[in-house]
Amino acid sequence: MVNKLGIKPHELFLGLTILVIGGYLSFASPDFMTFGNIYDLVNNYAMLTILACGLFIVLISGGIDISFPAMTIISQYVMVSLIQGTTGNFAIAFALSGGIGLLLGMVNAVLVNRLKVPSIIITISTLNIFYGLLLYLTKGVWLYSYPEWFEQGVMLFKFTAADGYDYGLSLQIITLIVVIALTGIIMNKTSIGRMIYAMGGNKEAASRMGFGIFKLQLFVYGYMGLMSGVAGVVQSATVLTVAPDSLLGYELTVLAAVVLGGTSIVGGRGTLLGTLLGVILLAVLQNGLNLLGISSYWHTVVTGLVIVISVSMTAWSQRKGQGV
Amino acid sequence: MSARKVKDNVEIYLSLLIGLVVITFSFLIPDIFWSSANFQSIASQMPVLGVLALAMAITMLTGGINLSIIATMNACGLVMAWVATNYPPSIGSVALVLLAGLAMAIVIGSVNGFLIAVVRVSPILATLGIMTLLNGINILISRGSAISNFPDYILAINSTNLLGIPLPLLVFLAVVAVIWVILEKSAFGRTIYLIGSNEQATHYSGINTRKTIVWVYILSSILCVVAALLMMSKLNSAKASYGESYLLVSILAAVLGGINPDGGFGKVFGMVMALILLQMLESGLNILGVSSYITMTLWGGLLLAFIFLKGINLSRLFGR
Repeated sequence: MVNKLGIKPHELFLGLTILVIGGYLSFASPDFMTFGNIYDLVNNYAMLTILACGLFIVLISGGIDISFPAMTIISQYVMVSLIQGTTGNFAIAFALSGGIGLLLGMVNAVLVNRLKVPSIIITISTLNIFYGLLLYLTKGVWLYSYPEWFEQGVMLFKFTAADGYDYGLSLQIITLIVVIALTGIIMNKTSIGRMIYAMGGNKEAASRMGFGIFKLQLFVYGYMGLMSGVAGVVQSATVLTVAPDSLLGYELTVLAAVVLGGTSIVGGRGTLLGTLLGVILLAVLQNGLNLLGISSYWHTVVTGLVIVISVSMTAWSQRKGQGV
Repeated sequence: MSARKVKDNVEIYLSLLIGLVVITFSFLIPDIFWSSANFQSIASQMPVLGVLALAMAITMLTGGINLSIIATMNACGLVMAWVATNYPPSIGSVALVLLAGLAMAIVIGSVNGFLIAVVRVSPILATLGIMTLLNGINILISRGSAISNFPDYILAINSTNLLGIPLPLLVFLAVVAVIWVILEKSAFGRTIYLIGSNEQATHYSGINTRKTIVWVYILSSILCVVAALLMMSKLNSAKASYGESYLLVSILAAVLGGINPDGGFGKVFGMVMALILLQMLESGLNILGVSSYITMTLWGGLLLAFIFLKGINLSRLFGR
């Protein structure tokens, strides 16, 4: 099912949809195709994309993780509490936040491996535990105070465009590029990536071929945790506040973006390109509705419709040749 | 492992956990825990969560899941609220309210069932999409605000006591009885368990698995109508965003009640025990003045502990 360019039909379809919507929007709204709008869009959807990269790997491995919003907020909260009033740089922020995320992710991995029930159940439990403890210990207090170096952010190759605003490679964009490249290399160029695909396709067979299932699970859920921590720094740099209850319910938005990209929920099937296209489609849709001045009441309806149509088309095309 | 043994373990462990909770609270807060106020509080909280957990559980028995239960409850609630506040109270309008709710539920359940059984979208994705879509429609039609000030016949559900027992609790027990008969005494129920054990084999044995799955999702949605009525009566309003925190808790309650998330195993009795356990814990901790966040943590921990215990082979522990 792969053509000469190596692009799958589902990705082609997503790409065309994005082009059609984007084309329409550039006619309908003069603001859409401006450098400023695209730049803001990339910055604002950086966190979603980073989390989607993590969840993509978990889904490929045949698992699912619902607990990552809690991991993101916890990593972020601890990181911001520790760096308050310090001198330092973003390397420290990433190390702290990513380290905590990694640890929490590995807790998930151990539980998924030892308790042998579907990972959705394990991660619902850990979501409750993580969130409950965080909200109890922090009493829901928001954090506002950041050290100066954090507030300044990062801006490489800064320039002032004709519209009078400053543009450049922001922390969000640099992190986004690194994460996409890293995820792509892991899943397409390394043996770990191939083993994760194999495990998602058939765990029993992968285990008999001598793959260390536990090690792979540690890697997969650990990576999701790491991405949560990284997303925590990015989110913090964007909004410069930490609200302990801000990401409740966000897990399903990220899941929607990833499955929109054609990643199978039973594992083994899906591509990073598809995931990114899924995220872009969601972002362009929401941005377009905003620019066209369509009431925000419609946004969720449109998003829901797109998800239902997209997952139905994927399922329908894979359905042929199955027994039932 | 046979179905029989799974069931026994579940009930033993749940009894042990309930015993532990009762003893702990009897020592810590004997006067309040055994007060009628505490039982009233449990009785008023259990029905909504209980009905929603059953709506989740019956889809899990087929190996599916229904992430759209809360959105379905709110959609049915809003439709019923609109009818109830726009027609003067009469027998006819009571019937109209119920019919509107049921019609909405049947439409939603059929769409979910169609996507899962015929288009063969995985249940998580189908119900996730429908959940998002319904949430959007709910907000759109209600403009995000609540519909309130219901006629007396809706408020009466929450305030009526029969023989000292609150009506919502009786409604819950009636729902439990109906679901018990459907699941454990009817041919339809047997098919549900068979599909959860092995859908392909059930299909090849000549059973119309598609039809059964569609009906399971319709039944699940109809239970959401009951939850909607209880919720409306309790809060005297309907809103697009009510009860969102119940979604994951209802999965938690179902699994704690011994429903195997892969399908095929689990009994109604275990679920009722799990709900009693969760509500006793919540109510007791609440009286003790413990933060509700700690309750949230404990529920998650309890589920993990329970899964861990269930994995231990009892007969090996006690010799043979």
